Amino acid sequence: MTTLDDIINNSRHDSWFARLKNLQVFWVFIAAVLACLALSLMTDAFTSDRNLFNVARNFAFVAVIAIGMTAVIASGGIDLSVGSSVVLSAMVISVAMASGMGFWLSAGLALGAALLIGLFNGILIAYAGMPAFVVTLGSLSAARSLAMVLSDNKMIWEFGPDHDLLLWIGGGSTLGLPHPLYVLCVLAVVMSLVFRWTRWGQHLFAIGGNENAAVLAGIPVRRLKVSIYMFSAMTAGLAGILMAGWLGSVTTNLGQGMELTVIAAAVIGGANLAGGEGNALGAVVGALLIEVIRNSLILLGISTFWQGMFIGTFIIVAVAFDRFRNMRR
Amino acid sequence: MSRLVFSGISKNFGAIQALSDVSLSIEPGEVLGLMGDNGAGKSTLAKIIAGNFRPSTGEISIDGISVVFHKPIDAQREGVAMVYQDLALADNLSAASNVFLGREPLRRFGPIRYIDYKRMNTVSADLFKQLKSETRPRQLVRRMSGGQRQAVAIARTLLSEPKIVMMDEPTAAISVRQVAEVLDLIRRLRDRGISVILISHRMPDIFSVSDNIAVLRRGRLVCRKPVGASSPEEVTGLITGAIDAA
Repeated sequence: MTTLDDIINNSRHDSWFARLKNLQVFWVFIAAVLACLALSLMTDAFTSDRNLFNVARNFAFVAVIAIGMTAVIASGGIDLSVGSSVVLSAMVISVAMASGMGFWLSAGLALGAALLIGLFNGILIAYAGMPAFVVTLGSLSAARSLAMVLSDNKMIWEFGPDHDLLLWIGGGSTLGLPHPLYVLCVLAVVMSLVFRWTRWGQHLFAIGGNENAAVLAGIPVRRLKVSIYMFSAMTAGLAGILMAGWLGSVTTNLGQGMELTVIAAAVIGGANLAGGEGNALGAVVGALLIEVIRNSLILLGISTFWQGMFIGTFIIVAVAFDRFRNMRR
Repeated sequence: MSRLVFSGISKNFGAIQALSDVSLSIEPGEVLGLMGDNGAGKSTLAKIIAGNFRPSTGEISIDGISVVFHKPIDAQREGVAMVYQDLALADNLSAASNVFLGREPLRRFGPIRYIDYKRMNTVSADLFKQLKSETRPRQLVRRMSGGQRQAVAIARTLLSEPKIVMMDEPTAAISVRQVAEVLDLIRRLRDRGISVILISHRMPDIFSVSDNIAVLRRGRLVCRKPVGASSPEEVTGLITGAIDAA
């Protein structure tokens, strides 16, 4: 029998629209849509197939890593080393393939190298109790240096027997959509489900909300933290492999400064740097907005020197928006 | 038969004698108010029951069976639950998620196991109803009053069907109306036959909800009697040492 209490307990307090408009990702999405509309009116170039293809591909790399970053930020941490994990992964796969190894084995090595960076970060942060900012700042420097040592700081643009496969995977398209976009879609859907429906996801948010409570509840906080940093590094490694194929050549300045764009995308998408909040879809939309802004400046003929100003404004507006909304409660 | 019996419990940390020869028992469905000044040994006693410390000498028994706790998890297995002073809740999660934190029920879908939110919500709604608290399972803890947070913390302990619930200063730092709510929660626990050990500095709370009162001073038990046979004045005297023992 359904009692009044059951109805009260099971009812959502707000209508779906009220819930929706409380989500930062909703407003960021609206902003991105408005920007796209304005651009298609102002320039013919924006809606051209070629340009949309480029936008879709370019933002996918940042968005993939932003999903990993969201996991880290939601658990109350930060990972500055992702840009360097990108270059290390790209360099490992290109050196391995240039030496004659096949694509899949080399990709496995590249992901393995990135995962080791994540393992290193995670162990120092979770078991040695060191601040995430400092540890990942250290590996930011160390991993890029490793990539330089590995390649002797040379550009690599010949990838052995599977050369074409790598270029096809990173730079090709199927059904008119670039491959990195497929990777992003799968990752975004899977991680949205994982964040919401698995213990791993639930505990990750619990750690970000109140680490002490998570420890007292018997959650293996340390092991979980290691896995979170490894996940973040894995997304960076994945992006590194795709970028190597897209660019067709790998240099040691690949992914330089990328960590800041990635963090910006996650934060614009609703990840709270204080921990406990964030979602995969938000990270994707945040990355999309950044790419649309970048693209629009180029198409409108505005100097790219202004790019940082626009992205910076968006980060601050997004966080300010969140702040005001919480004040009203 | 007594629910919990301490016999001759002493605890020393090096040269510091935190507890000396404390013998105390508590019945099922009894609320015991444990009082004492800072450093009197309340926290040490609480930590011994919760399994954080082992007593230097003495014996603990639950339902007539002697127990030794090496870790907090051992105490939990024997039915001792602790409601922490800072409540240990994750603000960003819902009430139901907090009740089940670390013990989420899972469902299977082929090889995939996912969290059974439906079950979490119905079980927590039921627990809140038993506690007569107006807490909704889906509500975020961040938006809750102090009393509702207590209800979540207590519902969390109820999930493991405890025999003994220890509460450390549950009424500190919440409003007067919410204090009444928390005291009601304690009565609900008592009605279910759970023994409650209430550690508090607030005399009115102890006198309104406890059946018996125990006072520690400098690691010694100086009083254990029914609340009706004592008075706030006497307890104050016992705590400060103006009255030697009663």
